[in-house]
Amino acid sequence: MSEHVGLRGRAWFEALTGIKQPSTGDPGTVLASEAQIGDETALFLCVVPNPSSRFPCVRDGQVGLEEAFTLAHHLRRVIAQDREKPKARKRPVVAIVDVKSQAYGRREETAGIFFAAAASSDAYASARMAGHPVISLVAGQAFSGGFLTHGYQANRILAFDDSGIVIHAMHKEAAARITRRSVAELEELGHEIAPMSYDVRDYAKLGLLYKLLHVDDPQHPTTADIEAIRHDLIDAIQDARRGATDLSNRLQSDAAKQTRKAGIAVRTALEAQWQNA
Amino acid sequence: MSQTGIIPEFVRRQSFIELDGRKRAQSLFDEGTWKELVGPFDRMESPWLPLQGVAPQFDDGCIVIKGKIGGMAAVAIALEGAFQGGSIGEVSGAKMTAALDLATKDSKTGKRTAAILLLETGGVRLQEANLGLAAVAEVISSVLALRPHAPVITLIAGTVGCFGGMSLAAGVSSYVVMTREARLGLNGPEVIEQESGIDEFDSSDRTLIWAIHGGEQRVGMGLADALVEDDAGKIKATIRGYVQADLPLEYRSEQVEFYRDRVTALDTSEQINPMSLRQRWSNKTTGGLQ
Repeated sequence: MSEHVGLRGRAWFEALTGIKQPSTGDPGTVLASEAQIGDETALFLCVVPNPSSRFPCVRDGQVGLEEAFTLAHHLRRVIAQDREKPKARKRPVVAIVDVKSQAYGRREETAGIFFAAAASSDAYASARMAGHPVISLVAGQAFSGGFLTHGYQANRILAFDDSGIVIHAMHKEAAARITRRSVAELEELGHEIAPMSYDVRDYAKLGLLYKLLHVDDPQHPTTADIEAIRHDLIDAIQDARRGATDLSNRLQSDAAKQTRKAGIAVRTALEAQWQNA
Repeated sequence: MSQTGIIPEFVRRQSFIELDGRKRAQSLFDEGTWKELVGPFDRMESPWLPLQGVAPQFDDGCIVIKGKIGGMAAVAIALEGAFQGGSIGEVSGAKMTAALDLATKDSKTGKRTAAILLLETGGVRLQEANLGLAAVAEVISSVLALRPHAPVITLIAGTVGCFGGMSLAAGVSSYVVMTREARLGLNGPEVIEQESGIDEFDSSDRTLIWAIHGGEQRVGMGLADALVEDDAGKIKATIRGYVQADLPLEYRSEQVEFYRDRVTALDTSEQINPMSLRQRWSNKTTGGLQ
């Protein structure tokens, strides 16, 4: 599966924007472009592998220092340009997500990748809170710190209903090692315990997804696929504009009310006790 | 010479690190003003740990205390590093987010309520995997929602340190306070060694670990604001100072161009020397009362 990292992200970025190359001044690992969606222009962002990156630990599609600050750079530019515009005219942001993980490197830790990731998260959340519809399209993998840096602050998260989609806190081998299980046991457990699962249909049970999208082959989108997904994106953008700018919608779906009921109960209890403290 | 005169200062002071998460949080408040919310007696524990043969805890390793600091409303949220490595699960994450959101609500309606995050954590709790990761995203969002209205102060005292997703919550905080015994980073040394090999990071090299992740380095390079001694009195005074401080006009995590240029200027042909990086990056931080 890992040999596909980034290919799907790149394919969908190209399909939706017509752009194949990074912007001038950007590293080879970030694709950023504005493109038409429906009757408006949106900012599309994608992190892709670059075998010749000057940071060795991002070459396979991980999110590192340059990637985080470049994402934040484009987001901050759009936020600033649209600052005076009414909410209905603030440009949507579409994060196309296909990231293996955050960069596991010494250079990155030394220069504070935690902070770079925070700056990107901040920029995504700031765009959302300013009223930009922020939509994540999970086209491949969305792992851990990579997803936190690129996409997890979105108002609406969309993902392909496909066995190649993995949204998770840690890849299977590492999670198996740390929780002292075999990979097979871990996969089995995922069917019983939804938050542990590596299957996107189980992920959908958590109530965090807006919608699962259907295409035959996410790596090779057809013209019909592209039109259909554009339609889904426009629908998500419109829904985001109608909704709150925080993440409260992630607790409001039927799936969330079922799977996240412990967390919802905590919120209710804390609210009740807060007033009297 | 009196007896007290010959007892070294470090013996007389109250260590903060020796306190557990609950006592740490309590120690920050004005005496008699605090109350714990959704405490152990409410028995809100993880529903996911028992399914996997792991004993849950009645507070899920997260302590929420509301009260006054320097006469001002504040809420402290502490992760207990001794329970499951301070990891974030559904319940502990929900406590953090809910407390931050309530502080935001009060702050927006005229009662400025600061939040102090006491972060001793390895990150997402793997037994709750995707709900932990989602909780981290929500905590980050809630920190950012509160930040324009009241200070959000991350305090990392050690010795677990702050790693994984919660390091992003530290990164978006208004201020970060650390001791020399604290560490702050996205990936811990063991994780890097496991993923990228011992040549990339030798996790047994303690000098290297502290040179990169240690509190002195993070404050020195401007990614944290105050370096404090392991002294409960001094930490309380430092936190009080930030709780009472005016809100910054710009936050560090908003200074994208400044830091992007710094990253562009890095020589990546070899590993980066932490000390020389500290010298180059020093003297630039949004926060900092000192």
